[in-house]
Amino acid sequence: MEMRKIELLVGVFISVAIAALIFLALQVANQSNALRGETYTLYAKFDNIGGLKVRSPVKVGGVVVGRVASIELDSEYFEPVVEMRISNKYAKFPETSTASILTSGLLGEQYIGLEPGFMDDDIFVLADGDSIFNTNSAMVLENLIGQFLFSQGDD
Amino acid sequence: MNFFINIGRNTLNTLRGVGAASIMLFQALVGKPQPRKMFPLLIRQLYVVGVQSMLIILISGLFIGMVLGLQGYTILVDFGAEQALGPMVALSLLRELGPVVTALLFAGRAGSALTAEIGLMRATEQLSSLEMMAVDPLRRVVAPRFWAGFISMPLLALMFSAIGIYGGFLVGVQWLGVDDGAFWSVMQASVEWQNDIMNGVIKSLVFAIVVTWIALYKGYTAAPTSPGISAATTQTVVYSSLAVLGLDFILTAVMFG
Repeated sequence: MEMRKIELLVGVFISVAIAALIFLALQVANQSNALRGETYTLYAKFDNIGGLKVRSPVKVGGVVVGRVASIELDSEYFEPVVEMRISNKYAKFPETSTASILTSGLLGEQYIGLEPGFMDDDIFVLADGDSIFNTNSAMVLENLIGQFLFSQGDD
Repeated sequence: MNFFINIGRNTLNTLRGVGAASIMLFQALVGKPQPRKMFPLLIRQLYVVGVQSMLIILISGLFIGMVLGLQGYTILVDFGAEQALGPMVALSLLRELGPVVTALLFAGRAGSALTAEIGLMRATEQLSSLEMMAVDPLRRVVAPRFWAGFISMPLLALMFSAIGIYGGFLVGVQWLGVDDGAFWSVMQASVEWQNDIMNGVIKSLVFAIVVTWIALYKGYTAAPTSPGISAATTQTVVYSSLAVLGLDFILTAVMFG
């Protein structure tokens, strides 16, 4: 076969592969920009993190604003400390905000739900490296059942 | 006594083969680059190795994606979780089936052809004639074929995954009635560029090196007879399939373990 036709077909081959890559990048892959670009770091202490994992989403009203960057145990009080990277697009949460560990759906993944608090003159805005003090821990099914059985005993 | 002699002989033979194959690849690839001379050869081999494998890759990708959609739907619908069909099809294609099935098909379609071609070149003394004309057959024959395999396999794997996902979409959404928006959005929420797509590409680069290398070495060292070439072709397909499946386990354990 003449060289010109071969070159044409190889060109088509490469273009189809690039089209496949673009399809995968745009249509299939995760394109929420919450972690791309500039982020700032917030910390939160919980009693129990349940099934929270690194890279779990941080949501405000269902919108992903960031992700969990690391989970470590505080060496003094033995409490889990969660480091969150929040997109700079969503800055200026007041320090009265609440972080809760929630579950999406009945069997879904766990995520951190951030509830913005009220704003007042003597309330600070959370900046890079600050901690959220109001936290609600994950619900553990065994504890719930235990409480239920305990309250049943009173009747 | 004979038992240990056999073990020793087999080990030495295996090591000798690996060493000879490494020397062959090294001599073929290392040296002064000659882009003007090599580029037309590379294009021709890309045509033989890549373009001619495209049809089988696209058709099998489409059908594997459609089967994944069908099987996944019948299981997921029992749990009312048919929205999870998208991530299931996409992740299994991108992480495993895309690179692995492409490599297996590539070994059967292109690897065996490479072995037979080079083996026949040796049997008909074309390689010796090249040497007589002071042309290094490793640089002229082996190197362009290696680079062509190395370049085309990841591209073929990407096509396989893309058309497989489209096949899953055809069956899941168009035929079985999974919600269109949920299919794509749940998929986008769980597929990640770096972790899933790029690791699949890295996998298929590794498979490309292994499969092309085995095919070229088996062809280059084939006994110059009809049974020799036939045995070399068989060995190419068997060894590269085993190597791909074994390496896939190791790579999966390292990447996603």
